[in-house]
Amino acid sequence: MIELDHVTKRYGDAAVVDDVSLTVERGTIMVIVGTSGSGKSTLLRMINRLVAPTKGRILIDGRDTAGLPEHDLRRGIGYAIQGHGLFPHRTVAENIATVPRLLKWEKDRVDERIDALLAAFALEPGLFRDKYPHQLSGGEQQRVGVARALAADPAVLLMDEPFGALDPIIRDKAQEDLLAVQRRLGTTVVLVTHDMDEAFRLGHRVAVMADGRVRQVGTPADLLTRPADAFVSRLTGTNDRALKLLSVRPVGSVVSPGPADGPPLPETASLRDALSALLWSGARALPVADASGRPLGRVTLDAVLASGRVG
Amino acid sequence: MRDRDDQRRIDRLGALLAGIGALAAVLLPFVIAKPNRIVAGEPLGLVAALPGAAGWPVAAVLLLAGVLTILDRRPGVRLAVAGAALAAVCLAVGVAADGLTPEGDRYGRVSPGGAFWLLAAVSLLAATDALARMSLRPAGRIGALVIAAGATAALLASGAWADLSFMREYAARADVFWREAARHGVLAVGSLAAAIAMGLPLGILCHRSARLRQALMPTLTLIQTIPSMALFGILMAPLGALAAALPLAHDLGIRGIGLAPALLALFLYALLPVVANTAVGLADVPAAVTDAGRGMGLTDRQLLTRVELPLAFPVILTGIRIVLVQNIGLATVAALIGGGGFGTFVFQGIGQTAMDLVLLGAVPTIALAFASAVILDAAAEAARRRPA
Repeated sequence: MIELDHVTKRYGDAAVVDDVSLTVERGTIMVIVGTSGSGKSTLLRMINRLVAPTKGRILIDGRDTAGLPEHDLRRGIGYAIQGHGLFPHRTVAENIATVPRLLKWEKDRVDERIDALLAAFALEPGLFRDKYPHQLSGGEQQRVGVARALAADPAVLLMDEPFGALDPIIRDKAQEDLLAVQRRLGTTVVLVTHDMDEAFRLGHRVAVMADGRVRQVGTPADLLTRPADAFVSRLTGTNDRALKLLSVRPVGSVVSPGPADGPPLPETASLRDALSALLWSGARALPVADASGRPLGRVTLDAVLASGRVG
Repeated sequence: MRDRDDQRRIDRLGALLAGIGALAAVLLPFVIAKPNRIVAGEPLGLVAALPGAAGWPVAAVLLLAGVLTILDRRPGVRLAVAGAALAAVCLAVGVAADGLTPEGDRYGRVSPGGAFWLLAAVSLLAATDALARMSLRPAGRIGALVIAAGATAALLASGAWADLSFMREYAARADVFWREAARHGVLAVGSLAAAIAMGLPLGILCHRSARLRQALMPTLTLIQTIPSMALFGILMAPLGALAAALPLAHDLGIRGIGLAPALLALFLYALLPVVANTAVGLADVPAAVTDAGRGMGLTDRQLLTRVELPLAFPVILTGIRIVLVQNIGLATVAALIGGGGFGTFVFQGIGQTAMDLVLLGAVPTIALAFASAVILDAAAEAARRRPA
């Protein structure tokens, strides 16, 4: 768990982060979203003390981060950034081994860890271990960057616009990978982005920042259905908010008993995908199945449409 | 088809070099024979200089080399041709000197003439051009340098040049030559070592502090603009005063003239390239790389030694190359204030109007600077290539 307690950062007279309090539950993803200059990166960089807070406290699992030497604190926190920041003169394996070596792990344990991480990110270890970063594609570099951040099994992972430099198709895949790895490892993630769709897709909870202050914190559905102010509703967008709302709710939430014809939808698919499938097939209802293919019931067009309505 | 057209066309650089060589061989003296080292001598052309009819085969080799270097564009052939021409010219000048020197004569001097220098120069240029066209890797370039140095050493050791003017000057002062050579090395390498020891930390500090950079860089640039003679002169006064005030300093060799002011001046000239290239190399390290390194928990020292310096190394090495080549040349001037080095022969020779003595100082200086440039260029390229 990460607790930010009345945290402020001032440069001269200007408060870049102004009295922010925020709690990130263990094992969840918190996305901080805002326009450039909103203070979101500064807020993130205060968690691993790359930026020192002017006022306030930051606690990780109840321990004040100010009580540790900076480099010891950072070795326990994963850090992945836009443009990956891989060391160009080190191989993929050496890059991933950075923090384990700083922590003086045994060589065998480091090697094992490198191979496990490469495999987890769909990078064949025998092929990628000894490559240099410039020999990788943008998507591969980004995956190695995240693998490096996770190398020493940190409880907390900080990500600053990690997918900002990727093209849409690779970004989509990278987001999916992150969700899968986070679910498996149970890592607590704080991710900064300016992309609202990314925030809704990844965040269990989303914090909207503007001018150094947090305007609203809540689940994606909260932000869509009950925006705290005009700024939040402008940022979430009003034209397609019904569709966005459908996209953050899973099919599993509206399953009803009964038969239906056609290819089954997975229960984890979004209601937006379900709507699309219903419109495309012209059916009034489609069957729903769980991950193993076992039928759970059906999803009806009426139920989907009801979910896109406020209240 | 295009390749074949290209091959049939004449090589422009080859034509230029061959033309210069041909004109020089016809119009200029190949050697100048003098009864002693100071008087004006008798200029002799290539054919006249060599005993009997030996001049004609040499001329034939040079003519063939000229034609091939115009017409053949294969780098390997061009290198072999240039090497053969250089060997022919070098051997011919030795034979000429031997033939023109009377048995047992100690005062006569046979100096290489304009034709020899230009023929040797165009052959060397053609050879370097051929090597450049082969675009050798760093190790290959070092190999070529070692072969060239070996051939030169073999030529000098064989005694083929024993009767040439500057080798006679060398024979008369072999001890002094090697002492001054060592002194030259101490001046150039010692000042470089001091500049690295001081310049590297200064460059790191300049990278970290904009204020220091803004104060230091203009000062170092200003020093670079002071002419070397003036800087040697300027340093004589304070060092002389220091030696007068502190007997210990005087005993340690810190005096107004001699090695101390020369080393100090060369060190000051060397500082700017080392400091500037260190600062620039560090500034070129991508911000995302240092941010990620710091974010993962590298301490400042670890970040510097494991990430920043290795990435800046090729740029720093380029600065070191500039300094070494520059200092090998500048060290000649140190002779003027008693600093020693190859400059000793240059200035003695100028004083005595004995050009052969000037050559004894100038030629090794040029060879040394050239070799250092090749070695450090290769090292910088290898460093850049390694991980890239």
